[in-house]
Amino acid sequence: MSASKNPVIAGYVLPGLPQPLLTPDANPGYKDLRRAFDQVRAEIANSNADLIVIYSTMWPSVIGHQIQARPAPEWIHVDEEFHDLGSIPYKLKMDAEFAKLYAQIARERGLHARTVDYHGFPIDTGSVVALKLINPDNRIPATIVSSNIYSDRAETFVLGKAAAEAAERSGRKVVAVIVSTLSNRLHQSFIDPQGDKIHSLKDEEWNQKILEFLKQGRLEDVAQLSRQIHREARVKKVGNFKPFWWLSSFMGANNRYQGDVLSYNSVYGTGSAVISLHPAPHAARDLEFDEDSPDRYQGERNVLAPSGESVSEFSSQLSLTGPMSSSAQSWSGAVPEGSGND
Amino acid sequence: MKTGEIVLGALAPHPPHLVYAENPPQNEPRAECGWETLRWAYDGLRASVRAAKPEVIVLMSPHWRTYVGFHFLGLPHFKGLSVDPIFPNLFRYQYDLKVDVPLAEAICQATAQKGLAAKMMRNPDYRIDYGTIVSCHMINPAWDIPIVGISSHAVSAYFNFDVMETTMKTLAEATREAIAKSGQRVAVIASNSLSHRHFTTESDVPEDMSREHIYHHGQYLWDMKMIELMRQGRAQEVLDLMTDFTEQATAETDSGALSWLLHTLNVPTSPAKIHGYGSVIGTGNAVVEWKGVAL
Repeated sequence: MSASKNPVIAGYVLPGLPQPLLTPDANPGYKDLRRAFDQVRAEIANSNADLIVIYSTMWPSVIGHQIQARPAPEWIHVDEEFHDLGSIPYKLKMDAEFAKLYAQIARERGLHARTVDYHGFPIDTGSVVALKLINPDNRIPATIVSSNIYSDRAETFVLGKAAAEAAERSGRKVVAVIVSTLSNRLHQSFIDPQGDKIHSLKDEEWNQKILEFLKQGRLEDVAQLSRQIHREARVKKVGNFKPFWWLSSFMGANNRYQGDVLSYNSVYGTGSAVISLHPAPHAARDLEFDEDSPDRYQGERNVLAPSGESVSEFSSQLSLTGPMSSSAQSWSGAVPEGSGND
Repeated sequence: MKTGEIVLGALAPHPPHLVYAENPPQNEPRAECGWETLRWAYDGLRASVRAAKPEVIVLMSPHWRTYVGFHFLGLPHFKGLSVDPIFPNLFRYQYDLKVDVPLAEAICQATAQKGLAAKMMRNPDYRIDYGTIVSCHMINPAWDIPIVGISSHAVSAYFNFDVMETTMKTLAEATREAIAKSGQRVAVIASNSLSHRHFTTESDVPEDMSREHIYHHGQYLWDMKMIELMRQGRAQEVLDLMTDFTEQATAETDSGALSWLLHTLNVPTSPAKIHGYGSVIGTGNAVVEWKGVAL
């Protein structure tokens, strides 16, 4: 699928621990994260999104990939770790039709996938927190997909592509969300929330590196760093750090995004950030990114110029001849179809 | 007050498939059959538990995974619906259980006094994890014995298996002290599988036993190694091998539950009784009983 057809109008990285929902006043950082959640809520409300699709690292699966398809799941949720912060009653609105289509396409692409539609199914803390904060009135239906504990890059990439195909086939305009911390190491003793801080300087440095990339819209670059991030800044509860693989393949595996870090703070030691990514014509893609899979070499990029400028004025791609040249010359910001940027 | 005693210890794994195949009235899905060798193994363990007449069952569940310390169920009664997040097609169970809160508080307090993070869970809306429910159901389907539920602190993920072993030994000491002071007859239970690599697909008929086998022969060899040591009463060697076993068999002993159990039983040298072994969706599961110990 070309980027111009991609139905994802925005992507968000959201943390899943319950403090910003349940105890936002316990720490200025929690409060700031709550403000950022509110900002995301307003952005989505003002968008023309039809659907929110969530990949939650806090919903592990074993049997392939599970997709929430209960139209109106309702429960009183309690986090198994932070149960003393209070209960979270919820009633959500799921897009069951989309969930079924997503599962079907995932199966068509070779994945083992199924929908779940059971009263009392334990929707994970991260998904509940995210939907309570960014979609409190259920104005937009959602779909949640699990994170298989064994899956690795290829499987997760296909899962993301299946989401994109489902969105395109359904005609829905989609907001893609990953529920995940950056560094995920919690403090190992009970802390006063006022003293909350990132667990270690090493975690902090890796978080800053991830934030630096995402501020530049380099989503695919972060995706390609996932294995390194897993080694350096993740407690290894699962095989690998997968959410950026899913998000990047869903949104279009490139770096052509406007990235905004709306908040970054620690929650019980973890690196918790609220980040928005919007498709953008100007981006880091043409500076250093060379990880697309073109069918035809399009020439050297002008890596010293902003991406738009490099294409419109200096790019060696303008000198192309043959079938690719017309589309390259016609580019006024968006990637043309057939550019091999899938 | 008399000194409490541990009347029995057991490894009692929690695949929800076993409850599913039992078709108890509490579980909504219905099965034709399935995993009989393990279910028959539980028949034996159940009889032993009845004969031992415990007043309390103290259990650690890998599926109440906590990342900051050990948590303990801290209300006298929990009732509700548990739906397995992994196998919701098999396990949707109406539970109704009682907790021995004073003993839970005593273990929690003793744990904290030994320098470990420990906390009581007193939120009435809390949903009991399916690991606790499955093991308790298979041991005591009448649910007429109160329990103490202990979370599995993810020490192995946060540090390493050596730290896990040390931590579980400390928790075991706290458990023993609290049980001794309680004056009660207690059964201690580790609710974990042995090798723990699952298949990631499921047959259309989950109880189709023509599809059930261990995920990999290497896992089977490791499981048999550990079981043989248990049969010979060589629990210390089980502990010594725990790191390699856990890593190489992807074992659920990473929860620390088996280490905690063996240390709570004072590293038994008497042979364990193997009630049975079987695979569930590729994982290796043994139902194992140890004699009680005086405290």
